[in-house]
Amino acid sequence: MTAPARPAATPTITGEMPRVRAPKTRRNAELALLALSMLVVAAYSATIEANMLQTVTLDFWLPTASLAAVFLGLHVVIRLRAPYADPALLPAVALLNGIGVGFLRRLDLADVAPAQRLGYPVFAGTGGRQLAWTLAAVILAAVLLFMIRDHRSVSRYAYTLGLAGIVLVMIPAVLPRAYSEINGAKLWIRVGGFSIQPGEFAKIALLSFFAYYLVRKREVLSLASRRFLGIDFPRGRDLGPVVLVWMLSLLVLIFEKDLGTSLLYFGMFVVTLYIATERVSWLIIGLLLFFGGAFLAYFLGGTIGGPFANFYQRAEIWLDPFADPYEKGYQLVQGLLGLGTGGLFGAGPGGGQPDKVPEVHNDFIFAGIGEEVGLFGLSALLVLYLLVVERGLRAGLAVRDSFGKLMAGGLAFTLGLQVFVIVGGVTGLIPLTGQTTPFLSAGGSSLMANWLLIAMLLRISDAAGQPVTGNGPGRPAGVPAGPPAQLHGAPTEVIRP
Amino acid sequence: MNAPLRRVGVVVMILFGLLFANLNWVQAYKADEYRTSDYNGRVQVAEYDRQRGNIEVAGRAIGTSRATDGELKFQRSYPNGEIYAHVLGFKPVNGVPTGIEKSEDEFLAGNSDQLFADRVRDLFTGNDTAGGNVLLTLSRRAQETAYRELTRNRVGVDKGAAIAIDPRTGAIQALVSMPSFDPNPLVSHRTDAAGKAYEALEKDKDGPLKNRALSEVLPPGSTFKVIDSAAALESGLTPNSNIPAGPSYTAPTSGTPIRNAHPSICPESQVTLIDALTESCNTGFAQLGVRLGADTIKEKARAFGFEDTELTVGRLNEGGLPVAPSRTGEIKNPDGSDDKGALAQSAIGQNNVRMTPLQGAMIAAAVANGGSQMRPYLVQQLLGPDRTTIHYTAAPRELRKPVSSQVAQSLQQMMRSVVENGTGTNAQISGYTVGGKTGTAQAGEVSDDHGWFIGFVMKDGQPISAVAVALESAGDGGSAEATRIAGQIMKAVIADRGGK
Repeated sequence: MTAPARPAATPTITGEMPRVRAPKTRRNAELALLALSMLVVAAYSATIEANMLQTVTLDFWLPTASLAAVFLGLHVVIRLRAPYADPALLPAVALLNGIGVGFLRRLDLADVAPAQRLGYPVFAGTGGRQLAWTLAAVILAAVLLFMIRDHRSVSRYAYTLGLAGIVLVMIPAVLPRAYSEINGAKLWIRVGGFSIQPGEFAKIALLSFFAYYLVRKREVLSLASRRFLGIDFPRGRDLGPVVLVWMLSLLVLIFEKDLGTSLLYFGMFVVTLYIATERVSWLIIGLLLFFGGAFLAYFLGGTIGGPFANFYQRAEIWLDPFADPYEKGYQLVQGLLGLGTGGLFGAGPGGGQPDKVPEVHNDFIFAGIGEEVGLFGLSALLVLYLLVVERGLRAGLAVRDSFGKLMAGGLAFTLGLQVFVIVGGVTGLIPLTGQTTPFLSAGGSSLMANWLLIAMLLRISDAAGQPVTGNGPGRPAGVPAGPPAQLHGAPTEVIRP
Repeated sequence: MNAPLRRVGVVVMILFGLLFANLNWVQAYKADEYRTSDYNGRVQVAEYDRQRGNIEVAGRAIGTSRATDGELKFQRSYPNGEIYAHVLGFKPVNGVPTGIEKSEDEFLAGNSDQLFADRVRDLFTGNDTAGGNVLLTLSRRAQETAYRELTRNRVGVDKGAAIAIDPRTGAIQALVSMPSFDPNPLVSHRTDAAGKAYEALEKDKDGPLKNRALSEVLPPGSTFKVIDSAAALESGLTPNSNIPAGPSYTAPTSGTPIRNAHPSICPESQVTLIDALTESCNTGFAQLGVRLGADTIKEKARAFGFEDTELTVGRLNEGGLPVAPSRTGEIKNPDGSDDKGALAQSAIGQNNVRMTPLQGAMIAAAVANGGSQMRPYLVQQLLGPDRTTIHYTAAPRELRKPVSSQVAQSLQQMMRSVVENGTGTNAQISGYTVGGKTGTAQAGEVSDDHGWFIGFVMKDGQPISAVAVALESAGDGGSAEATRIAGQIMKAVIADRGGK
């Protein structure tokens, strides 16, 4: 268990499998990238102060330094507990998180009269709270890395997690509106001044269950089929679970009034199903079901209203946000105008007026940031997200067990889909839904859930990066050496650099 | 399982590609549209970071910006706003400016290319220097008199307009539209209150936001006889030539007889042209119009500025307040021949003839200026933030030459006769030569007649001012009151110029 980060610790395999290089931990690369990320965040914070306070205070680096300390702690944990993990994940996510904290502090400053801004405490307001949430979320991620030494052990609690996931999803739907509704979407549990979004955690719990269930069922799901129009369709009785999840997501759509969450769950399930079975028919069925359901909800919302009215209204706003620019379309219109005002290069951090957009600290943070960093800055943020997602998928490609593949693929895709849903909504590509922007939006639930997701990806990528044979470091003592228990598909055994 | 994983990777890339493409659409292609959108409050906040320049009349600011503590750093205000409202317009926080605030928006805001040097200097000094100032041609005394006399008219009319032009240059000396409004509530930083104030004005059935002096077209009535006279003089008649008149005239093919305003007016069968104008003889001018023909009348009206859809009033090189075109309307039968009934009516400014008060003043100005019509303008000078004058100074220019100077002399003589011996005696000013023409236009069955006066004042052969006053639905005595108001405005212009 000591000195786990030495690549020289596994010299034996080179003789047997010449194509596999001696695995590197690449932890130093991670540290260097992390330092770079923190430099960017510090520069961002300094620019904000220069633009909003007309001077850079001596304290500008304090939030960044706190963040850096937190992330450095996680880096040390990774060195100890997941030495072979992907080195790009932590720096990329840390940069996103840091930009989020910086932007929230910038919004706090905008709320204060210009004369009092200089005296505004560094750790106060939403920005300070977000910093504290980051600390909590990173600790949670570290705990997960410590507690779960092998991602496969999660599958032992699959049914418990699945049940917990469904309960978490359903709580806001059954709670009275006063305890669950914010801005027309019933996605919350609100107690006192405190609110959490259980759906954020539910997605990880549900995904663990999906992955376990599909690994168990993938033979029957992928083999028993009927051929129709050249595509293999599954048997009717195997459709049961899919239809169940479809119903669940439609219930979310109707009772929680949220297309985004519904799309997220359903997309997550269909994609894991597709990865497990390698059958395109699942994607086709899934897409048909979803768009059919969404169109039906739109149609019903337009004719009978009731629980569908909210979705209908959002779709109408999406179709023409400028039809009612001061009432219904106000938020989207202001977001679009902010993005447009930012243009290619943006107004500069601290130089715009993102506070014109309602909910800019939350759903619309992407538009708020976009006003100040412009198309180029937003493209960079998108690339960061894409990097995280593709790195997650790569961990799925490289890991050797089916459960790990499904988990990594599902988690990474879910993250990507969530970014697509909220950024697409904010920029008018798809109807707007109340999703958080991962790592940027203010709020503890989203931050903690997404850091857990990253911790899981780190764990799986660590397993993927570990040497194939020998008593690899970090492997539970009970797991025998040699090939892992579940092997599917010939090419997966070889790690392709 | 790796093949589908790779495909999922491609799907995610496609999704992000869509996001990226859409961002390009929003932030690059539509950026300018969004940036300048009326719904976009951001640009306004930036706009209010710099003090907007003044709009001035004779050295006194009638539109100015003072510093506030709010998010918008400067509050626009209009001292004596009601008097100048239709010239100034207003610059609302959420919405489109109007009037000079609109036409000179870039210069006032400091964004104009002409102020580029000031912006470059700002880059180095770090200051936001104010926008440029706009100096108007208005005469303060004439404007105040026009507003006061119009709003306190003695016939109880609540709608009308008055405009005065310097015939030699085209500079507008006064421009008032009644009812007016106070522009100050409309530029309040409390946009909801401003919006409500605007809505109330917009819903007002009297249309206070409308600039009647430039954009309200009314039948000109007998003031149109000046154009008939010009056409007649050009056809070879002199002021002393006899034209057919009589107590009543019915045009061939048209059943409606035209009578005079009073039986005592030109009952004789022949009357001189100058007497016909002096008494405002309808039967005489109706027959004259039929004799001259529709084409001649229309052509003369066009020569004086009718049918001009391009004219704006602001700077002489570009932009300005929009002006509604005056029209003579259709006077022909479908087969191309003159509709003589319509022609007879048109010749006395009825039928489909419509004229703006500005057009009326421009006719009088052209007559007074020896047949040369100058292009009217409101902006005398653009002054930089440091009051440098290099940016723009009005260089008056002739718009058209509707009549020769001989014809103009004859018209002056005839119009002087109107004020000295005829219907326009209310406009007399001792020591000055005043000429003009009254008009009473039937506005249909339901409302009262409109009262008109167009005229000019001269001294020693030099024109001083050309004035048009219109009182909507004034009824009896409307034209006499319009004439009196015009006289008061002329006196104010003279007083403002120290009697010259």
